[in-house]
Amino acid sequence: MASTPCPTCPIFPRHVCRRRSRRRLASTSGATLIDALLSASAAGITELLSPYPPGWGGTLLVGLLHSIEIALGATCLGLLIGTGGAYGKLYGGPVVRDLLAVYTTIVRAVPELVLILLLYYAGTDLINQALTAMGYQRVDVSGLAAGIAVLGFVQGAYSTEVIRGAILAIPQGQIEAARAYGMSPGLMLRRITLPSMLPFAIPGLANLWLIATKDTALLAVVGFYELALATRQAAGVTKAYFTFFFAAGVLYLLLSLFSNLVIGRVETWSRRGMPSLKEAR
Amino acid sequence: MANEAAIINVVARTSLWLQPHRIVLILIALGLVLSAAFFMRWDWLPQYYEMGLIGIWRSLWILAVTCVLGFLLAVPLGLAQAAGSFWFAAPAKVFCTVIRGTPLLIQLWLLYYGLGSLFPQYPWIRESWMWPYLRQAWPYGVLALTLSFAGYEGEVMRGAFAGVPKGQLEAARAFGMSRWKAFRRIWLPQAIYRALPTLTGETVLQLKSTPLVATISVIDIFAVSSKVRQDTYLTYEPLLLLALIYMTITGILVFAFSRIEARIPNKIG
Repeated sequence: MASTPCPTCPIFPRHVCRRRSRRRLASTSGATLIDALLSASAAGITELLSPYPPGWGGTLLVGLLHSIEIALGATCLGLLIGTGGAYGKLYGGPVVRDLLAVYTTIVRAVPELVLILLLYYAGTDLINQALTAMGYQRVDVSGLAAGIAVLGFVQGAYSTEVIRGAILAIPQGQIEAARAYGMSPGLMLRRITLPSMLPFAIPGLANLWLIATKDTALLAVVGFYELALATRQAAGVTKAYFTFFFAAGVLYLLLSLFSNLVIGRVETWSRRGMPSLKEAR
Repeated sequence: MANEAAIINVVARTSLWLQPHRIVLILIALGLVLSAAFFMRWDWLPQYYEMGLIGIWRSLWILAVTCVLGFLLAVPLGLAQAAGSFWFAAPAKVFCTVIRGTPLLIQLWLLYYGLGSLFPQYPWIRESWMWPYLRQAWPYGVLALTLSFAGYEGEVMRGAFAGVPKGQLEAARAFGMSRWKAFRRIWLPQAIYRALPTLTGETVLQLKSTPLVATISVIDIFAVSSKVRQDTYLTYEPLLLLALIYMTITGILVFAFSRIEARIPNKIG
């Protein structure tokens, strides 16, 4: 993108670039331009989006792959934190409970964008300070790991609440029966609590997964390479802003719709042996 | 008498809440805040104070406008899905799915960079009265946030409209109310009562989406903090203050909504 200063708006080079393209477009007459666009559009768009190097489709797909990786990692990390957090909130001591309440409240009240910036800088700073204190070299934290850690921390707060609610929804008799059989807490978690919590937790967790896939786009603002940033690069180079952002939107939508399909399957699987939702009502 | 009982009640509740470990935790938190205040750099505050206030005002303004407009749009969207024929329900459903299935950031960029780069090709747009507005960034931000709120809230309103018992509507018709009057007096208010708890959450989520407009060069409070970070090379101070500001606004919103919810009769249906 051109970043030469512009008299109308010195702060934002992006803006400059758009106004310039408008001026350039304005110089040709409208009718010929539309004709040119129409003739160019069909061939041009397929060329722009083709997955091989002159086109940018490949870049977008790699970006999508990175997005999915980050979302998967973040959801898994979030589930781990969430399960631990829910157990802490339900069965922990008073200090643990209060600290967890502070964690979930703060994370849910501050915008993800701010949290991502804060955690990214604070996290890398802490790691590097710890390393230098122990006498090691400073390291560059990889974008993927940092993205997963940051989004996972945010997801953890939400999944703590979802899993806590789901555990509370388990009929108390099941847990008492497990205790009566003499199960240890670990065995009870694995055999009773987790499986019977699932049908209550899956709608909420599925929602969290969808939020995670969409939150990966926010990482573009910090400069992690994923679908939104890849799209922005492609659009910036080719100036075909509408085409590329539209294509990215379609990719995200396909990901959401595909996830919905899978989630539906998983939900019926987790509810096997229970009355169906319609009958329960 | 009643007054005394109320005071005793409050004291009892406070003493229940204020257990020894909480006092320790509060002291630790106070210590953290004080050390942040003394050991971090805050000398930039007076210089950016006014800019920050304008930024907060702009964020709140965007939040209010997009929530109100989005809700007005969500009512027909929900109604179309709950009671409309196929030709009304299907487009509303598609709209909600598309909005909920794509990130807000992409919608925002599609509108601002995408549509914004298409408009100038048409001379009649450049000559129309809208052009001065279409050249600025904030209309795109407001439009994107409004559509996003409408998409999420439309789904909520669908459930709320569908949840109002049929008997209520039949009774309204039996009283001789016209369809419009029954909608205005019975159906809509009851649906809104049902949607209100979710509305709180959606409004907080909307507040948390407003910083995204900073990426299309609208100067809200997030953009102000970015500018402070660029100018002073400080990393944490502006971000921590920003987080505090957002938490305060969230707290006020939640409190205000809980007051509104308390005014509404809780026996529904």
